[in-house]
Amino acid sequence: MGHVLAFLTRRRGGDRWHWTDIVTWVWLIGGLLVMFGPAVWLVLSSFKTPAALADFPPTLLPYVTEEVSVAGYDRPLPLYEVKQADGKTVILAEVRRIGIIAQMVDPKVPGAIVKVNIADRKPVEKVSFATSNYTEPFVHFDFLRFLWNSVFVTVMATAVTLLINSMAAFALAKYKFRGQSLILIVIVGTLMVPLGVIMVPLYSMISALGLFNSLWGVIWPTVATPTGVFLLRQYMLTIPDELIDAARMDKASEWQIYWRIVLPLAAPALAVLAIFSVVWRWNDFLWPLIVLNQSQLYTLQVGLNVYAGQLNVQWHYILAMTVVTMIPVVLVFVFLQRFITRGIATSGLK
Amino acid sequence: MSNRHQGKDALPAGWLGGLMMVPVKAAMQVIDMPLRAWQRLTGLTGMASFFLLPNMAVFGIFVLVPFVINFVYSMTGGSEIFLDQRFYVGAAQYRDLLDCRSYVDPSTCVEDGFWIATRNTALFVVVQVALMILTALITALVLNREIAGRSFWRAVFFFPVLLSPVVVGLIWRWILQRQGLLNLVLYDLFGFEPYSWLTDRNAAFVAAVGVTIWARVGFFALILLAGLQAIPKDLYEAAEMDGTRRTRVFFRITLPLLMPNLIVVLVLGLIRSVQVFDEAYVLTGGGPGTSTMYLTQYIYEKGFASDLRDPGLAAAASILMGAVLVVLTLAQMAASRRKEKQGER
Repeated sequence: MGHVLAFLTRRRGGDRWHWTDIVTWVWLIGGLLVMFGPAVWLVLSSFKTPAALADFPPTLLPYVTEEVSVAGYDRPLPLYEVKQADGKTVILAEVRRIGIIAQMVDPKVPGAIVKVNIADRKPVEKVSFATSNYTEPFVHFDFLRFLWNSVFVTVMATAVTLLINSMAAFALAKYKFRGQSLILIVIVGTLMVPLGVIMVPLYSMISALGLFNSLWGVIWPTVATPTGVFLLRQYMLTIPDELIDAARMDKASEWQIYWRIVLPLAAPALAVLAIFSVVWRWNDFLWPLIVLNQSQLYTLQVGLNVYAGQLNVQWHYILAMTVVTMIPVVLVFVFLQRFITRGIATSGLK
Repeated sequence: MSNRHQGKDALPAGWLGGLMMVPVKAAMQVIDMPLRAWQRLTGLTGMASFFLLPNMAVFGIFVLVPFVINFVYSMTGGSEIFLDQRFYVGAAQYRDLLDCRSYVDPSTCVEDGFWIATRNTALFVVVQVALMILTALITALVLNREIAGRSFWRAVFFFPVLLSPVVVGLIWRWILQRQGLLNLVLYDLFGFEPYSWLTDRNAAFVAAVGVTIWARVGFFALILLAGLQAIPKDLYEAAEMDGTRRTRVFFRITLPLLMPNLIVVLVLGLIRSVQVFDEAYVLTGGGPGTSTMYLTQYIYEKGFASDLRDPGLAAAASILMGAVLVVLTLAQMAASRRKEKQGER
């Protein structure tokens, strides 16, 4: 044991422990608990039955009371561990409960009814995952509909974003024309115009175009992102002009140059923008909340908020739907973290 | 970026993308024909405008025009949403918003909701940004040390950044409710009776601050970490040779050289904090009462959600908020320019 401890606390270079080392590990372990704990708790809770969710103190794992079918009773009866007067414990099934007295029977010999004070018994529990929390929302709510709407918005908005932003970035990076710097300034300027500032006129614009209560009304205002144009333009500036001139010599059209030369070479930047766009659009909340007023058009985020805002929150469904909403982003995180962290570190994108 | 790296970074499932590309490639060939004609007709300038047009059109319709007519809205009255059904009121909306007998006490204002939201937002911004920079700085310093499994630890702190605000809000609503994890921990450790945290004004404020920090600290820590890694190692080696104390190294080397990144983080944090909405709205709905009602929620409810909707007032309030954001964004640009200059040095 002593050897293990000595090994674990051994420092590179044989230095002694400094107080900053302790702070470091306290921060890391604490961070692990605080950052991951809530998500783990959400996932564990999402497998609990409504009854288990209402319990205090809550258990870590989802438990349910075991049940048994007893001859003479048509529904399964819950099992309890009962402490008898002589100190022995037996397993009995509850028939009904009146006040603090439970009427119970022995499941093996279901003859005489035993009266037990409820303080002398505790339920026989087993770990059981209430997967119905995940399957039933598909029937009860328009959950599949929400899921589809979210996927549609995310995919379409990302496709349009990549196309029109890369076209604009190509023009701004590889052509010289009058008003170029003006366009750049205007685009930079709109970084200052977040959605919260133009909500009201944008809403009237969307309504006037007949896009209110339409998924395209959610998509269009988000696709001309200034950050996207900038990221791509900066990257395309590094593509050598000689390449483009050579293609022109070979009678390639400008469109072919864009499509066959510049886009493939800008793939790393396009990938970063695509990843960010997917996460942004999947997570969008305020704008869909304003534009979508019919429940069959809700995206996952809006649907979740609406059902979680009801007077009688059905937490067992909400928690399961929250987990499902989390999954794509967690997948993106697990597989593409490298791209994202580099994107943030180099360009402050978010 | 070297070629070796590019190969490693290739996106997975490339063959699937290749399959999806077949119809796209065909479409691109078809588009090329009319475009060649256009190119012959107008030359390179015409092609430049062609490439710019889609983005500029979307941008103009959904950003630029709304931005301009927002000012018009702020000078009209009524509850109608379309401009032709609204009437001109001049600066009356601004007068209403700014009409207070005492600016410290929202209840003396004509539009008390706006001032409650403004005061809440100001308090939120100050506390949230200060605490977040502190936690982000500690996290970045910790992650910059030679620790085992560094990328794992970085992921731990970064992971909530990608979660949607709705998911973040719901996770924490679930934890802070009566039968939640926080009450369980307090009960097990100290025997505290369960408490509904989100129905308490002060606890709801702390929750809004804490939850937004939880969700964003990884993002800001990452920017600071990039700054820390850019500090030349030989400075530290020289300090070690001189036997300088670690606290002194931190205040004399690390902090001054990190300052440009800290300023970027400060301004970005301020910009995002002023606009706080999603997480707080899902978490508390602005309550209890109006204790966590922030400006964006005020604008949203004035503009769309409340029975007595007043788009003109909402537009005026959004312009006032926008003015603050413009100042902050200009500060950010100045800061990042300074950072670039320092990088060149």
